[in-house]
Amino acid sequence: MTFSPELEAKIERMFSQYPPDRRRSAVIPMLMYAQDEIGSVTRELVEEVARRTGITPLAVDEVVTYYSMLHRMPLGKSHVQICTNISCMLNGGTELWEQATRRLGIGHKEVSADGKISLEEVECMGACSWAPAIQVNYDFYHQVTPQKLDEMLTQLGAAR
Amino acid sequence: MPDPVKLTIDGRQIEAAPGTLLINAAKAAGIEIPAFCYYDGYSLQAACRMCLVEVEKTPKMPTACTTPVAEGMIVRTDTEQVRRARKMTLEFLLTNHPLDCPVCDKGGECELQDMVFRYGAGGSRFIENKWHVDEKQWSPVVFYDGPRCILCFRCVRVCNEGMGVGALGIVNRGSVSEIAPNEGDHLNCDECGMCIDICPVGALTSGTYRYQSRPWEMDHVGTICTHCSNGCKTTLGVRNGEILRGNNRDRSGINGEFLCIKGRYGFDFYNHPERLQSPLMRVNGTLQPVAWSTALEAVARKFTETKNAGGKFGVIGSTRTTNEENFYLQKFAREGLGTNNIDHHRSGDVVTLLDALSGRANASLATTADLYTSKAVLIIGADLSLEQPFLAFQVRANFRHHAAKVYVVTPEPVREDKYAARSMRAAGDPIWGALDQMRDALANEAELVILFDDSIKGEGVRRLLEFGTALGKPVKYVALVDYANSRGAVDMGLTPDLLPGYHASPQRGLSLDEMINAPDLDVLWVIGANPLSRADLSASSPFLVVQDMFLTETAERADVVLPAASAYEKSGSFTNVCGEVQRLKKGLDVMGTKPDLEIIGLIAKEMGLAATVGPWIADRVFDQIRRTVRGYDVSLPVIATGGAAQTAPVNGRISSTGRPEMIRSVHNDLFASGTLGRYSKILNSVLEKTEGEVEPIEAVHR
Amino acid sequence: MPYNEPNPAEVRVLSKRFGIPNSQSIDVYLANEGYQAYERAAKMTPDEIVNVVKASGLRGRGGAGFPTGMKWSFLARNSPKPKYIIVNADESEPGTCKDRLLVEFDPHQLIEGIMIAGLAATSNQGYIYIRGEYRYLIDIMNKAIAEAYDRGYLGDNVRGTGWKFHLATHTGAGAYECGEESALLESFEGKRGIPRIRPPFPAVAGAYQSPTILNNVETYAAVPSIFRMGGEEWAKLGSPKNGGTRMFCLSGHVNRPGVYELPMGFPLMRMIEEVGGGIRGGKKLKAVIPGGSSCPVLKAEECNINMDFDSLAAAKSMLGSGGVVVMDETTDIVAVALRIMRFYAHESCGWCIPCREGTTWLRKILLRIYEGHGVASDVDLVGELSKNMLGRTFCPLGDAAAMPTIAFVEKFRHEFEAYIQKQVPAAQPDPLLQLASV
Ligand SMILES: Cc1cc2nc3c(=O)[nH]c(=O)nc-3n(C[C@H](O)[C@H](O)[C@H](O)COP(=O)(O)O)c2cc1C
Ligand code: SF4
Ligand code: SF4
Ligand code: SF4
Ligand code: FES
Ligand code: FES
Repeated sequence: MTFSPELEAKIERMFSQYPPDRRRSAVIPMLMYAQDEIGSVTRELVEEVARRTGITPLAVDEVVTYYSMLHRMPLGKSHVQICTNISCMLNGGTELWEQATRRLGIGHKEVSADGKISLEEVECMGACSWAPAIQVNYDFYHQVTPQKLDEMLTQLGAAR
Repeated sequence: MPDPVKLTIDGRQIEAAPGTLLINAAKAAGIEIPAFCYYDGYSLQAACRMCLVEVEKTPKMPTACTTPVAEGMIVRTDTEQVRRARKMTLEFLLTNHPLDCPVCDKGGECELQDMVFRYGAGGSRFIENKWHVDEKQWSPVVFYDGPRCILCFRCVRVCNEGMGVGALGIVNRGSVSEIAPNEGDHLNCDECGMCIDICPVGALTSGTYRYQSRPWEMDHVGTICTHCSNGCKTTLGVRNGEILRGNNRDRSGINGEFLCIKGRYGFDFYNHPERLQSPLMRVNGTLQPVAWSTALEAVARKFTETKNAGGKFGVIGSTRTTNEENFYLQKFAREGLGTNNIDHHRSGDVVTLLDALSGRANASLATTADLYTSKAVLIIGADLSLEQPFLAFQVRANFRHHAAKVYVVTPEPVREDKYAARSMRAAGDPIWGALDQMRDALANEAELVILFDDSIKGEGVRRLLEFGTALGKPVKYVALVDYANSRGAVDMGLTPDLLPGYHASPQRGLSLDEMINAPDLDVLWVIGANPLSRADLSASSPFLVVQDMFLTETAERADVVLPAASAYEKSGSFTNVCGEVQRLKKGLDVMGTKPDLEIIGLIAKEMGLAATVGPWIADRVFDQIRRTVRGYDVSLPVIATGGAAQTAPVNGRISSTGRPEMIRSVHNDLFASGTLGRYSKILNSVLEKTEGEVEPIEAVHR
Repeated sequence: MPYNEPNPAEVRVLSKRFGIPNSQSIDVYLANEGYQAYERAAKMTPDEIVNVVKASGLRGRGGAGFPTGMKWSFLARNSPKPKYIIVNADESEPGTCKDRLLVEFDPHQLIEGIMIAGLAATSNQGYIYIRGEYRYLIDIMNKAIAEAYDRGYLGDNVRGTGWKFHLATHTGAGAYECGEESALLESFEGKRGIPRIRPPFPAVAGAYQSPTILNNVETYAAVPSIFRMGGEEWAKLGSPKNGGTRMFCLSGHVNRPGVYELPMGFPLMRMIEEVGGGIRGGKKLKAVIPGGSSCPVLKAEECNINMDFDSLAAAKSMLGSGGVVVMDETTDIVAVALRIMRFYAHESCGWCIPCREGTTWLRKILLRIYEGHGVASDVDLVGELSKNMLGRTFCPLGDAAAMPTIAFVEKFRHEFEAYIQKQVPAAQPDPLLQLASV
């Protein structure tokens, strides 16, 4: 399996950062960056990461299934992550979550039929003082109001 | 030895070696500290929290399974706080446990049941829904029931650390964590079933034993595995004349918790539909069932005729019959039939090894225990993990526990490479070059055990011992052989030129190949062997008598076939690859069959030779062996109680070449076991299992 | 620009450069006292460095408040193995969002702090473990690291002194437990985030089983100012035994939520009223979670307290990670307790029984109460199950789930009881089922 030249370069750099006999340290970074490129952690990717780091595919599976941000199933083009943890909850995070599920007609870790948007109710993302917070892919949105969420979803291509 | 540490547990003064874990120090003093995740010999987890105890001056209760003893430590294992912690941990555990004990295979021998009985609460306050996932089949022998799993990770460790396979892992997170197999939805592994036996609950169950029985309905018969030469103890679960399972859950015998697939599941040849249960005789060219008396009478008549006419006998013995049977057979052949034409399939050069050892300083035979304790081990030729599974397990454990240095010289990559100090690829002559390169490293070791297969024989063995002696360190040796009693067969004199105990025979007889090729053989008597699967009889067609469990290629050609009992159906003794004698215990009878000892005895009786050959009672024959075979005067109490005693059949030179060129190992792998393997449903199903599509495991995070 | 206006009550030491345009760049950093602390520390012996940190009274900002100088002094410096510096930027404790700013607006301050730790440890390699969600911080950090290499602050020969020091970032992938130091190390090595058995502690066997200094971002970020001001001076910024300033993350029902740098020991009520602008909508204060979701809640009447480790410990709570969550009178405590338990059940690594099963069971009970199907005995059960987890789990996550829950049921018992009293009637049982069970 080959990745884009940029990712290959990144992986190359990654390996150079750890001691030569510790290639396994690159497992999680490699999975994260490759997932961004491929869209999900495919079987092929698991085997590739295993091969490159010298561990078994099972050992990679153990890791993949542990971490919340590694996904076996493809996400939407825009992955909308809504925090409902305490600070956000106190500021309307739960309502934002319900609003999004209603508008999109999908639930936790589900993808809209057109593949444009997926939803995830997430834990605290480190934006508590600017709650309620949403992350779309890796971008933070602070102090999100219901109107702002509505506009965001429209921009991301959600049907009315 | 460093000074012992003094500590107090539950008011009792206790001494323990420094570094001893509290849980073991307590156990030695007869104080039980409950544990799920702790398993002696495997890495520490501190996961189940069952072993919490009070230690004075420690604010939180530490885990006894990870806390080493310390001087002056004051420990309490029986306080209100400790009892409460255990009870509550069990209450937590049961919230996610289905409590389907009535239909669970483990019911009655389940560690969770025992713990709840001893330390648990009467009821549960859990009224929520339980998590459920369906049971999964991972292989012909391994099933996994997620909800029953208490996540103690013993299975993962035994597979990874014990077996060196690493086919089991942990997936998902939190309360939906599960154990998962290496191929997504199925296992690709040794299929040894170690994970099943070590599982404290009924989460891992065995494909063969599932829903078969309750443990208390069975007789538990501790005997010796009949497959390879390693001599593992296996405990058969027998109910109503049926073997339902094999295991070694009590970690007794030389093999502790170890058994490979053959020892654990490979007993199932015994009730194969093609198992012979009646004598057969050739009538008008086809084999027809006849009564035992008819068959025995026909054999005795032919034997007597041939003997009286000065005819030529050939006797081929077995590597899976007992020492008693082998001893009795050679005695019958030599003294009853007056022939030295007796041999068996030889797979390792034990004879030259014993000869070369005699009188040599700093050199001896290794025991299976030595493989676990020796500071260094050298493996030549064999793919040990596949061909000699228990020996490989010992070496691995030695590496894990004592950081033993392992050296490997094999033709192909082997599992031992992973942790070997040095691995080299060589076969045939280049082996010596490889050994030369390792010489300095080996000479630096304090001691060494060398295991070698049939690639080293005859002069090669002598050269190897010279090599070993030149290292200047104590060296012990193992000549690897194939089957359960391959070693005993040589010791008992199933050879044309050596009597029991390696005494020279006054007259040399024909070897196995010579018998097969002899143009003028009158009678060929084959006991538990299948020589005609590899070679054809020469032009002559001798009267062929075969004792076997199945209609093998050899039996198909026979004039008389006598159905024999398997090792699980008789008593007697086996000698394993390291020369350790162990007792078989009879588990059951299979209708219509007889142990080979009895068959031979009955033929002798029928021929009027009973007085010459003696009684065909295993204990009586073993008595004779102890008295006449060098090195077999082992301690009776040891072997009578299921122990292993190493024989030392050598103390002088052996006047024989041993015909090393005849030595050929079949190099059975994990799933093969000669004829027995061909008739084992389980070994075949594992081999047939096709590679399925790999299903991705989806993360479940609620 | 930072996400909230500064406040006059702040004492801006670590956040001094926040708000300066382009504060991430090394030039701005150098123009504002940057890397002077390193130059000072580079002239000291490792023991002298440790002593300065000890004198500052700096206590770990990751949650437990362990004295940093003492931690550094435990490092097995004589070990022949390489020494590692690991930065915990996993920031995942609900209510906490300060490390993010320290990286975003002053990455060089962090690098300088790491370098000084490196000198103290005679280390040649550091890694910054950054939670996966903070991808943009990884980019910012990588850029700053590249600048530091360019200017010779990192590399094989740091500033010509002959000292080799390398630094790299490492991404997490979504797991609160990986903020726990030993689980972090496992994760860093490419494994599941399962904690390790301790001892040995990281100071002896940390990353790659080698001696390791592991601290929170804020802890390292505080180090340069300590060396610029001197340990004693820095200590005086705070209250006794609680040196310096602290980044407080004010969130919840206040008018001006935000991250504010305040002296250690700053009174909580002043923080709410003066810094946070009081409770939103003129409502009354009900309660405060003083240091992130794992800290026992303080009722309004307990909030006359100074925000330092020891004062909060005396009040049977914790300063934790600095996440101050303010709740007004309308707050539904049952909903808060449920949300917190959902978090811990989701984030429990699953290794040990009491935490794995306990958090899940508690989540189920709290959900049932919340949905109106609670029974009278549930309130006691919640408290008791939490106590059964407390102190018996493999790592402190179990405690982190138990402690706040115990406080919620003890301090707001009536709210749980009210839920149970206004029970929603259970769905009508299916008559057939009833018959079948007779
Ligand atoms: C469950 C759990 C989560 C933690 N999460 C974090 C975290 O996100 N960031 C952090 O710095 N420390 C976290 N800690 C604390 C670390 O284990 C460790 O004590 C800290 O990083 C040490 O740094 P310090 O001494 O500078 O505080 C966590 C601890 C626990 C038990
Ligand atoms: S399957 Fe059995 S041995 Fe394996 S973790 Fe579960 S309970 Fe333990
Ligand atoms: S290693 Fe050999 S003796 Fe042991 S169980 Fe396997 S086949 Fe039987
Ligand atoms: S307390 Fe136990 S289950 Fe919970 S996170 Fe720690 S180790 Fe994992
Ligand atoms: S609680 Fe939502 S970002 Fe922290
Ligand atoms: S036996 Fe000690 S924690 Fe499991």
